[in-house]
Amino acid sequence: MGYKTIRNSTHWSAVLLFLGPSLAVICCFFFLPVLAAFLLSFTDFDIYSLSNINYLRFVGFNNYISALQSPVFWTSLKNTFYFVVAGGPLSVAASLGAALLLNSKFIKFKPVFRLVYFLPVVTTLVAVSIVWRYVYHPKFGALNYLLSFVGVSPVDWLGDPNFSMPAIIILAVWKNFGYNMMIFVAGLQSIPVDYYEAASMEGASGWQQFIKITIPMLAPTTLFISIITMIGYFQLFAEPYVMTQGGPVNSTLSIVLYMYQEGFRWWNIGYSTALAFLLFVIILIGTLVQFRLQKDADN
Amino acid sequence: MKKFIVTGIACIVAILTFMPFMWMISASLMPRGAANVYPPKFFPDTLDFSHYIDLFTRMNLANYFLNSLIISLGVVFFSLILNSMGGYAFAKFRFAKKKTLFKVLLSSMIIPGQVTMLPVFLLLKNLGLINTYWAIIVPGMASIFGIFLIRQFAFSIPDSVIEAAKIDGATEFQIYYKIILPLCKPILVTLGLFTFMGTWNDFLWPLIVLTDSTKYTLPVALSNLMSEHVQDTELMMAGSVITIIPVLVVFLFLQKYYLKGIMMGSVKE
Repeated sequence: MGYKTIRNSTHWSAVLLFLGPSLAVICCFFFLPVLAAFLLSFTDFDIYSLSNINYLRFVGFNNYISALQSPVFWTSLKNTFYFVVAGGPLSVAASLGAALLLNSKFIKFKPVFRLVYFLPVVTTLVAVSIVWRYVYHPKFGALNYLLSFVGVSPVDWLGDPNFSMPAIIILAVWKNFGYNMMIFVAGLQSIPVDYYEAASMEGASGWQQFIKITIPMLAPTTLFISIITMIGYFQLFAEPYVMTQGGPVNSTLSIVLYMYQEGFRWWNIGYSTALAFLLFVIILIGTLVQFRLQKDADN
Repeated sequence: MKKFIVTGIACIVAILTFMPFMWMISASLMPRGAANVYPPKFFPDTLDFSHYIDLFTRMNLANYFLNSLIISLGVVFFSLILNSMGGYAFAKFRFAKKKTLFKVLLSSMIIPGQVTMLPVFLLLKNLGLINTYWAIIVPGMASIFGIFLIRQFAFSIPDSVIEAAKIDGATEFQIYYKIILPLCKPILVTLGLFTFMGTWNDFLWPLIVLTDSTKYTLPVALSNLMSEHVQDTELMMAGSVITIIPVLVVFLFLQKYYLKGIMMGSVKE
């Protein structure tokens, strides 16, 4: 056995030639930077050290401590959680709803609907957010106009701290639901038809079939989508950057936006990398919690 | 009856989804100021193409368009070569610690990319690449996702094909170039499409590394224009239309490949 593996193994020069370039790029621009960021987060690297590296000092956990003591950090954390906890499930539910529609045997023109639902996914966020700024316009916006028909008085979506985050969430759900919809459609199609046929024979209603067959059979797909969505939503940045710049009164300031401002506007590099690692730890915990919840649900 | 209800609901969802696009197009064709009225007008009274002309003559949009195109195609070109070589090696080569190495790559995908932004910026600055196209192309030349996609696909290539070529005396590189690459065409289109669209649409990284406005990509230029021309609704809408047209066209022609990529990306190990 040992002899066979040695004889069959590819010559090291070929391994180096084929894997070397891609792994070198990934090392230089991913693994080493992660390591560097981790080290930098324990230093006071800032605009002065940027010009002269001798100003760099090791500060231990000071960056982490000052982040945890900063009210702005907690605000950005709260906003990010708001976005993840409200926007995440809403996004997954919208994807599932659209997938169920597309998978229905009663639907006509399915390819057209699938295409239209998917369009927001492939378009440039900066471009569509320009349109959404006008959709949200308090005076001339289409949203307030539509709401006026059901008697809702005009809302200053992006100017009122109570509505700015919901506005960002609506935009994000609209932009993203098509992607997970496609994964849900594949999941739905993999459920054997006989299950439904057997259930109808026994007189189960459509709703009962949905609860007893569709939901459990989709559970692995749903877990995958929930984790991917959560990881992506924790990294909220471009939507508030182009729509609100984090305002009004920091109501849409996300962790990544805060990190960007600290790092690339004020050049508090040590502090900013500490924020990045705090975000990483939060995402890691979130992922583990979701796996755990799924396990508990399975038992 | 059920047909009408289901298709009807699907229609309403489709109209709501499409409305922002429709408004973008129609507002971009309205004369200056005509979009800012109440109640909102969903169709222009007369077609006015002056904003598109303005964007290309006064606002230098062709330049930004070209920047976006060069950068996106550059990333696509290099990443297809590097990722296909890496993915093929992970699928078909036999060497020690291959599985462990791949597991390390996969599990590191949980680290958010933002963690690396500052160190990568400092590295590129030291290499003198800030404010050049390379600042975007070089870090994008290989990706874990790309290697993963190619690897999944390359598994389906039978070993006998490779063995036969070896017996005929082909070198590893000839096998890759003459046999593997042609067989991998569908997945290369998929990966190229993902890479092109991802790079074209990216905003944060170009915003950070391109400091000179003549180097801006379309999204960065658009965001910059917006802060200067916040009152020119119609002009901004026209800029948005031009920004999304290339990705839409590419997607419409190659959607089959794109959807396949989503499916492969969602396959768990």
